[in-house]
Amino acid sequence: MRAKLAAAAVAFALMGSTAYAQTIKIGYIDPLSGGGASVGEGGLKTFQYLAEQINAAGGLNGKKVEIIGFDNKTNPQETLVQAQKAIDQGVRFLTQGNGSSVAAALSDFVQKYNDRNPGKEVLYFNYAAVDPVLTNDKCNYWHFRWDANSDIKMSALTTFMKPRSNIKKVYLINQDYSFGQSVRTQARAMLKEKRSDIEIVGDELHPLLKITDFAPYVAKIKASGADTVVTGNWGQDIALLLKAAADAGLQVDWFTYYAGGAGGPTAIKQTGLNHRVFAIQEGVNNSAPAEAQKFETDFRAKSGIGLWYPRAVNEMRMFAKAVTEAKSDEPKAVAAKLEGMKFDVFDGGEGVMRKDDHQFFQDMYIASFGALDAGAKFDEEGTGWGWKEAGRVKAADTVLPTTCKMERPN
Amino acid sequence: MTMLNRALPWILLALGFALLPKALSSNTAITMLAMMSINIVFALSYNMLLGQTGLLSFGHAVYYGLAGFFAIHAMNYVVRDKLGVPLPFIPIVGGLAGLFFAFIFGWVSTKRAGTVFSMISLGLGELVAASSLILRTFFGGEEGVTANRTKLPAFFGYKFGPQIEVYYLIAVWTFICILLMYLLTRTPFGRMCNAVRENPERAEFVGYSTQRVRFIAFCLAGFFAGVAGALAAINFEIMNAHSIGAAQSGAVLLMTYAGGAGYFFGPIIGAIIITWLQITLSDVTGAWMLYFGLLFILVVMFSPGGIAGWIMMHEPVWRARRIVRLIPAYALAAIPMALVIGGAIFIIELAHHQLVKAATESPAMHFFGMTLQSNAIGTWLGALAVFGAGVAGLKLVWPKVSDAWGAALLDDAKEAR
Amino acid sequence: MLELITFSTLNGVLYGMLLFMMASGLTLIFSMMGVLNFAHASFYMLGAYFGFEISRRIGFWPGFFIAPLVVGAIGAVVERYGLRQVHRFGHVPELLFTFGLAFVIEELVQMFWGKLPADYRVPPSLDFIAFRLFDTTYPAYRMFMFLTAVAMFVFLLAILTRTRVGLIIQASLTHPNMVAMLGHDVPKIFMLVFGVGAALAGLAGVIAGPALVTQPSMAALLGPILFVVIVVGGLGSLSGAFVASILIGLVQTFAVAINASLTDVFGPSVGAALGDLGTVTVAQIAPIIPYVLLVLILIFRPTGLFGTRES
Repeated sequence: MRAKLAAAAVAFALMGSTAYAQTIKIGYIDPLSGGGASVGEGGLKTFQYLAEQINAAGGLNGKKVEIIGFDNKTNPQETLVQAQKAIDQGVRFLTQGNGSSVAAALSDFVQKYNDRNPGKEVLYFNYAAVDPVLTNDKCNYWHFRWDANSDIKMSALTTFMKPRSNIKKVYLINQDYSFGQSVRTQARAMLKEKRSDIEIVGDELHPLLKITDFAPYVAKIKASGADTVVTGNWGQDIALLLKAAADAGLQVDWFTYYAGGAGGPTAIKQTGLNHRVFAIQEGVNNSAPAEAQKFETDFRAKSGIGLWYPRAVNEMRMFAKAVTEAKSDEPKAVAAKLEGMKFDVFDGGEGVMRKDDHQFFQDMYIASFGALDAGAKFDEEGTGWGWKEAGRVKAADTVLPTTCKMERPN
Repeated sequence: MTMLNRALPWILLALGFALLPKALSSNTAITMLAMMSINIVFALSYNMLLGQTGLLSFGHAVYYGLAGFFAIHAMNYVVRDKLGVPLPFIPIVGGLAGLFFAFIFGWVSTKRAGTVFSMISLGLGELVAASSLILRTFFGGEEGVTANRTKLPAFFGYKFGPQIEVYYLIAVWTFICILLMYLLTRTPFGRMCNAVRENPERAEFVGYSTQRVRFIAFCLAGFFAGVAGALAAINFEIMNAHSIGAAQSGAVLLMTYAGGAGYFFGPIIGAIIITWLQITLSDVTGAWMLYFGLLFILVVMFSPGGIAGWIMMHEPVWRARRIVRLIPAYALAAIPMALVIGGAIFIIELAHHQLVKAATESPAMHFFGMTLQSNAIGTWLGALAVFGAGVAGLKLVWPKVSDAWGAALLDDAKEAR
Repeated sequence: MLELITFSTLNGVLYGMLLFMMASGLTLIFSMMGVLNFAHASFYMLGAYFGFEISRRIGFWPGFFIAPLVVGAIGAVVERYGLRQVHRFGHVPELLFTFGLAFVIEELVQMFWGKLPADYRVPPSLDFIAFRLFDTTYPAYRMFMFLTAVAMFVFLLAILTRTRVGLIIQASLTHPNMVAMLGHDVPKIFMLVFGVGAALAGLAGVIAGPALVTQPSMAALLGPILFVVIVVGGLGSLSGAFVASILIGLVQTFAVAINASLTDVFGPSVGAALGDLGTVTVAQIAPIIPYVLLVLILIFRPTGLFGTRES
């Protein structure tokens, strides 16, 4: 289908097009080839599954929802070209998540496009790019974020760490770029505020995705006497770090953001670190409400991958609610309904899309990865190990102030 | 040649730049035309090194990217300090930045040629790319740096908000750069670059310092790469570290080489085709990177002169007005050639679908309007048969093509007598 | 402090040996044929994936012996039917051919094995702790990697210096044209060397796969460092590649351990003047130090540390 549709789309795109009025199109812009493709394709499947569910229930205002994938190869400039292509094909809603660099470029593009083309606005739904700046200094009215940004996650994590008296010495190790730096800055600030007795015995920044051997870093962690490591590492940086730690026999607890990312569970199982690796997530599938567990079971059966993005469920369902309530799929009307919307989150609890900065607040969970309890349904990546809830922070306790000064359309 | 004959290609080029947007008027098409123009300047600047001076650089994107960053910062300064510099002058900033860095890095790079030069360019490229994440204020970290081109002072009333206005700005600059770089090849300096490429020792004996010639060529190439980088900054209004990296250097190398490094217009063709493929191929197939790699290999193996080389191979026959003789043979060869290419694409798409998609989607794949099962033996045999038939056909037909060439050239020789 | 130095030395030497396993083949190919093989790291990746497949179905040790042979055969075929065609066009087309090949191999690997990391594990026979020093354990598998690399070096050196074929190859390293004129079947030797070089890279992949992450981007991550190693070591010199690998391994590992920055050394005023450059620590720039080394060597001593020729 892709070849045929794409060939037609390219032809139309080149000659200018009229919007197809019978479907609501959502453009999914993420890597569909190259290094990030496994994650990008997983996200696309998730959104397509959700769209099918909506269409099976009759669509929105009588129209079907269609997800069109665009491959941005994780390159910001390429993303702008793909966004332009999407808009030419009649897409009014863009969604993206992989890569804060791409997100920043896309948010900037959407703002400029909407300024220069009044009446043809598009919206940008961000489901995974966590750079706080997108809902602070660089916020914009047309951008909505469903993933807790990295500051919110750190706030929830430090709230979880606060009562745990066995944490005395913390080592920070992060990737040397904006995300990693914000993780370490916030970790320092928030730990000082909540547990000033905790000693930060190390603060390491290493180049992004370039280290093949973390043994020297592990040696430093050992030498510092830390009992806990906090890291924002993802991809091979977390996999290799954990491997090196297991090789050297390092006995610490790991508090991470992305240990559950693609390839992470396989790496953790290989190292044998049973329930010592924690991750901060917006849901734990093994202790989610029954409806959510059923959804995941069905989703796994259909698509063959786990539900990596429960927040995509929130995004699509809130989008559906906004379109239905506004009785229109005009982006301006949808945006007006979305901001301030309260919603029953997929994994339980009530969430709200804050009006000031378009950041969604929801309950956050800290889960550990290891051998499954009796009755737990879901393992990850065929390892036989899965997530177990270790703590839950209510949405109201995760709220942080924002520096956003949003320019609103009248 | 008469004045008109010499000016004709340039007039056609100018008309092409001016009129193409009328035919392809969607925003995507205009963005694509703008990107092609930028890449034309970039590839031509690269060919100043590769084709004309014989220097194979793996780090040319450094000058493109650094100049782009300078241009973006310049745009931000103009807006912030109300400096009164309209947008069309920003590419000069980019060019000068490219020149500056080429001056510094070229000083050490051009001491030697050949492999040593290539390795230095690789090392420098990796160094600058790696430092882009560390020097956060200049490079903007992972998000890069953005600017708003409409906030600069207006130029005769134009604010360059709409894509079509930006396209014309880029087109004018591209035309000027193509003209300048072409004229450069016609100067004595340009000829000395060729001489240094062919036989450095002899060039020294004629009295020129090969190192100085290479250095100046490097600086000029950096200047034009800088102009291209600034145009990219204007077009996208964002610059990030990807533009400095090895992938960008590899892309310009592919464009120049596939287009043909031996002729001035080669990189122009290469830039147009590769840009087009980059934008549209990923829509049509998930295996687009494989096609790029294969394209590269095929060009290197069968047509090292690139597309321009292949076209210019026909020049003597064209001049002798015997091109018509080749047409029957080519038409005959076109069929097996189509079978070979179609069969190869078929096999690749089948393999891609079966290995990558069939596990989670159905084995049914759509190929040019037909629905086929990627796990059925019949489909595979069919694909292999098409490919095989094409190869066999080519083997049969190729002697005819050789004969036709021979005849065309032989008559030429006869007439020359 | 002593613990840090000990482990940094151990880790540095080990990382260097890993680099040498790959660089040995590359330096042979480069020195003899003048071909800068961009696809060398791709053969390393193929070795890891073949090792993974075989260890999944039969076992690690059969994979240890079979996978390098398969990769070597692929290398020989690539040389015979691909590189040889391109050889007559010059060095630049050869280089570009291997460049395109690296691309194609990465894509094929992604197609066959997917884009996620493969679960290639250390075999149970080697999965124990070798020794305990200062309260840190050292896995036996790393010692095994070290021993294999040393064995490889000794083996290569023996073949090059003690066999007839080795003598011819050594001669071709420094005087390729003369060797051809003496009547030796140079194309066959080229094919042999390319195949053996690829097999060595494949062996490195089989061994390094379980220790590092086996994924389609593993070639692109290690590729550039390899070039630094052979250029710094010098063309035509296997010992040079050995020394350069250890050097770069040690430099990178020790650099990671150093947390000093220019501000720490020269004071805050200097640091502030330099902006970002002032606050960056040595540990942060550790992975790019090899490239600095590369550029410096090429400027001041283009033949490398032990090299005998420039190109």
